[in-house]
Amino acid sequence: MVRIDAGGLHYKVLNEKIWEAVDSGEKEIVLDNVCGQRYIGAGIKSRDIKIEINGVPGNDLGAFMDGPTIIVNSNCQDGTGNTMNDGKIIINGDCGDILGFSMRGGQIYVKGNAGYRVGIHMKSYKDNFPVLVIGGFVRDFLGEYMAGGILIVLGLEKDRDGKVIGNFVKTGMHGGEIFIRGEIEERQIGEKTEDLLATEEDLLRIEPYVKEYCELFKYDYAEIMNEKFYKLKPLTHRPYGRLYAY
Amino acid sequence: MNRFNVDYYSASSFIPIPDKDYRISSACGISGIMNRSGRSFNGEMIMKSMEIMHERGNGLGAGFAAYGIYPHLKGFYCFHMLYDDEFAKEETEEFLKKKYRIIESEPIPTRKNPRIKEVHILWRYFLDAGFAETSSEEDEVVSTVMFINEKIKGAFVVSSGKNMGIFKGVGYPEDIGDFYRLDEYSGYIWTAHNRFPTNTSGWWGGAHPFGILNWSVVHNGEISSYGINRRFLENYGYKCTLSTDTEVIAYLVDLFMRKMKYSHRVTSKIFAAPFWSEIDNAPENEKNLYTALRMNYGGALLNGPFAIIVANNQMMMGLSDRIKLRPLVAATKDDFLFIASEEAAIRVVCKDPQKIWSPKAGEPIAGFLYSGNREEKITETVALR
Repeated sequence: MVRIDAGGLHYKVLNEKIWEAVDSGEKEIVLDNVCGQRYIGAGIKSRDIKIEINGVPGNDLGAFMDGPTIIVNSNCQDGTGNTMNDGKIIINGDCGDILGFSMRGGQIYVKGNAGYRVGIHMKSYKDNFPVLVIGGFVRDFLGEYMAGGILIVLGLEKDRDGKVIGNFVKTGMHGGEIFIRGEIEERQIGEKTEDLLATEEDLLRIEPYVKEYCELFKYDYAEIMNEKFYKLKPLTHRPYGRLYAY
Repeated sequence: MNRFNVDYYSASSFIPIPDKDYRISSACGISGIMNRSGRSFNGEMIMKSMEIMHERGNGLGAGFAAYGIYPHLKGFYCFHMLYDDEFAKEETEEFLKKKYRIIESEPIPTRKNPRIKEVHILWRYFLDAGFAETSSEEDEVVSTVMFINEKIKGAFVVSSGKNMGIFKGVGYPEDIGDFYRLDEYSGYIWTAHNRFPTNTSGWWGGAHPFGILNWSVVHNGEISSYGINRRFLENYGYKCTLSTDTEVIAYLVDLFMRKMKYSHRVTSKIFAAPFWSEIDNAPENEKNLYTALRMNYGGALLNGPFAIIVANNQMMMGLSDRIKLRPLVAATKDDFLFIASEEAAIRVVCKDPQKIWSPKAGEPIAGFLYSGNREEKITETVALR
């Protein structure tokens, strides 16, 4: 294990130090005093590397990351998991906007809440299948332009207005699934909610991810599952087909 | 030759002015720190907060607004000026002397910074308007500023409030702060901006904050409605001359919050008006209010992405556009209120805030001085709710 004191370091210097540690065969890297340094873990391609972050990492944490596990012991800023390919990001706090932006694979677990445009343009391809689990609430534009993977909002904490998701959910969505635990309204998602309750079979698909969330952040799985879940799917495979083609 | 293959320079006498004749858009960083007890602290804290967000700018503009920095002359309007040359300075002074008693006239103190290229004469005046403090006196000062900016070639008023000042220029925030010796000033509200102009090169007057009277505005984003807002403001005597979209926000704030005496909440709902679909679903009294605001002040709606921090001697307010196209984080610690583009910009100067949160899109965060006219808690509420 290697510890790096990130205090006062520019992001380029810090990331160089991380890459040096990776190149020299380190498997466990702990970063202390992180404050706003961008692109931590970006592009690292190895499944057996673990990076633990103390402090608030900057934007685009784990961008293009391909395999490692990142554990953040605080909040995260915007663009976490940007175009991430594989690996895992575990956040013991809240997260900013555009979480999982264009994510193509791997998993992100957020203990608390996340901001706007969560899962924007997430997509899956062959074996790559991105999964995002948010413990609390999210704001507007959840799953915007989403094209694949699974997005789970557990709603363990509610927003000030009592909501677990914002408005304009799944705008332009054309693939993947969104699971929401708790109450949702027709005007938030743009369609009637009655027929959207998740079936037993649906819930089996998210079981491993919810279980992992519970293990990571010490929640009771049975208790979490003892509440109704809604499942949102795209209305059409080509939401803009008619708009642009005719 | 530009991309439209038009040679403006030789084809006609038309010389395009950056941001005036063509638009500027930006993706910047903002930060604001307020001590609600009115306890002053020096400029190092805000500079440290901005330095963390160095990457949000590109060195083509930065600036700071500071409140409480001229306590010994707090009864006088302080004009921070940007002059192209001595002629502009002389002409401005002649003009000012006709309307005001000049209490102090001095260069704004600077120190040499290898990364700051000085191109303007930076001067400040403390002015006695001579009458009792009335709203008409403030209107008089506004028209003075408009006149100088519009009519006197090469003279620009950077700030025109009491016991406050704006310090801005072309450079990174840490360099601009060092250049203006902000470590030597003490204030109880500081706001700052790091600019990333993407369409044009930055100039000193185009850097943020923008100010009028005691108001200052820093802005991350771009105001697509600039043209409409500018025309709206012309009806009320405001002239946009500084060639950056943010200028309209400063004047709109003055119009609504000073002249029309609207609260920060109502003003926020004019700037970031709720969508009609949201208005339809609002309770009756809100529905009526929001409809009235949109009908009457549609020309003041700020379209496009923005996150702003507005301040005056009594308060500091943060607001983002209604669909959250720019980041904004707020935090509190004892008497301090922090608002910034990034959480890290707050954490670097306040390791353990009592509360740190992301405000909802289009809903203002405002902190008022405890001793101010308005005893209010830090608010994050829907207007009138």
